[in-house]
Amino acid sequence: MTETRTREVPPTAKAAGGTRGAKRDAQGTRRLAALLLSPTLLVLALVIGYPVLAGFRESLFTRGETLDADGFVVEGERFTGLDNYTAIFSGDRADAFWNAFGNTSFFTVTTVVLETVIGVAMALIMHQAFRGRALVRASILVPWAIPTAISGLLWKWIFQADGAANAVLRQQILWTADGFPAKMAVVIAEVWKTSPFIGLLVLAGLQMIPRDVYEAARVDGASAFQQFRHITLPLVKPALLVAVLFRMLDALRMFDLPAVLIGVNQKSVETLTMIAWFEASNLRYGSAAAYATILFLYIALIAYLFVKLLGADIIGEARQVKRRARKVTA
Amino acid sequence: MNGRSALRRALSSLGIALVAVYCLAPFYWMAISAFRRPQDQFDNSVVPSRWSMENFTAVFAGDNGFGRALLNSVIVAGTTTVLTLTVGVFTAYALARLDFRFKNAVLGLIVATTMFPGISQLVPLLKLFTDIEWINTYQAMVLPGLGFALPLSVWLLTAFFRQLPFELEQAAMVDGCTRGQAFRKVIVPLAAPGVFTTAILTFIAAWNEFLIALSMVNRKEMQTATVAISKFTGVSGFDQPFGTQMAAGVIVTVPLIVVVLVFQRRIVAGLTAGGVK
Repeated sequence: MTETRTREVPPTAKAAGGTRGAKRDAQGTRRLAALLLSPTLLVLALVIGYPVLAGFRESLFTRGETLDADGFVVEGERFTGLDNYTAIFSGDRADAFWNAFGNTSFFTVTTVVLETVIGVAMALIMHQAFRGRALVRASILVPWAIPTAISGLLWKWIFQADGAANAVLRQQILWTADGFPAKMAVVIAEVWKTSPFIGLLVLAGLQMIPRDVYEAARVDGASAFQQFRHITLPLVKPALLVAVLFRMLDALRMFDLPAVLIGVNQKSVETLTMIAWFEASNLRYGSAAAYATILFLYIALIAYLFVKLLGADIIGEARQVKRRARKVTA
Repeated sequence: MNGRSALRRALSSLGIALVAVYCLAPFYWMAISAFRRPQDQFDNSVVPSRWSMENFTAVFAGDNGFGRALLNSVIVAGTTTVLTLTVGVFTAYALARLDFRFKNAVLGLIVATTMFPGISQLVPLLKLFTDIEWINTYQAMVLPGLGFALPLSVWLLTAFFRQLPFELEQAAMVDGCTRGQAFRKVIVPLAAPGVFTTAILTFIAAWNEFLIALSMVNRKEMQTATVAISKFTGVSGFDQPFGTQMAAGVIVTVPLIVVVLVFQRRIVAGLTAGGVK
């Protein structure tokens, strides 16, 4: 299969023209590739590239009324440099920003850790299953398929003062009011919705480990925990890392769930996306864009560190195929 | 030995039951709350004492405009899916099939765009669409939607297309097919399942979209279902009409769950091939 992929040249062309034919063919391939790729790249440039750049530009402008030199009121946008950014980091706004930054980081760390632990546990259970694997595989897709906004409502209902959660726990916790319980409510709802996804990915990784590796380990006297620690974990690590990376990127831009479950402009659950959204919905575009730019940089930094430190290889498969292919042609 | 394996079986069944309950209990609660009578809404019994469809009729009651919201969701998610796949299929084919310089860079770039937070795309587009008076239009929801749907589907399709046996195409050409014929008659039928799975996953992602739909629309008639449900108001306008919201939640979720269950094998294959949400 790898061999055929590298040999694009149809048999006839190969017979007809030695190196010149091959060269023309490579050129044709390049042209075809450019033709096929351009629509996607064009669309992405328009709906992602342009907005991100325009957003950065926007963050340097402020809209509003000011007095000009002659004392007349001028309306419109004017260039204010980094004012939007310095405003975020000063006075009361700084508290709000650091609060949102803290919430975003807190949600990301707690949900991703919990999701990973629960997801891996789920995958191990499913992998060991004798019966009922089909049932679990079906039920595990249910939380994933429910729209986040709807699951926010569902959990808001469960977390009502006289709702199901308090009835089960025999407690009187005001989950959806402001405060720490509100944070917990968001974490629980998010973990419920997304840990099955990690479970599925890890299960796929587990199913690729050949059984005889475990048999050999057992013969050598490895305990169940040692097997998990030294065989299972290293072998599912690539699949797990990619899953965790995607969950992290998603958690860092969390909006739907806290917005529906608790509400926007609530100190305890306000994330960076929510604060930016709130600014934008009040038509303070410059400031909203500044928040969005900061969030963007934060996400980029985390993704970069994650890929660098842990070596999550997202497009690894492509690279591998190419390397193998190169070996074949050589 | 026999006793131990029996114990293991029992433990495994218990684990399976736990996972199933974990995943299904909240959904069960949503469904069961939807079937309660509004006056026993705060009953915490596991099965409703009196079943009722009142919440479901309330969903479609006059001022919610829920029928229209469902239609909006179908239009927005459907258009997003069709556009995404039409554009994405060609790109994925090139990435999986052709060998050219910067291939990994292009794939990496496309994957990297999934990293961009929706809000940094939203703010400038919100301003732009306000200027060109696109607020409250379908295109204001579909176009930004392409931004997250396209990288996702290109990636999934590339993973699927890589598994296709392209030597069959050459075999067909040896047997006298032209390149186009070989593509049409051999590759297209084999690629169809992957394209179909990607379409389902893209549709679900677009159907579940909230942030863009919430921001680009302020007229009730243009709201999508997820936004409309979150904005339902009760009779008094103060207490949240949870019963109605749960019923509406069941209505928008059950079709998805049916599709997901029918195609579960494919969807799991798609999710694990792409490793995406």
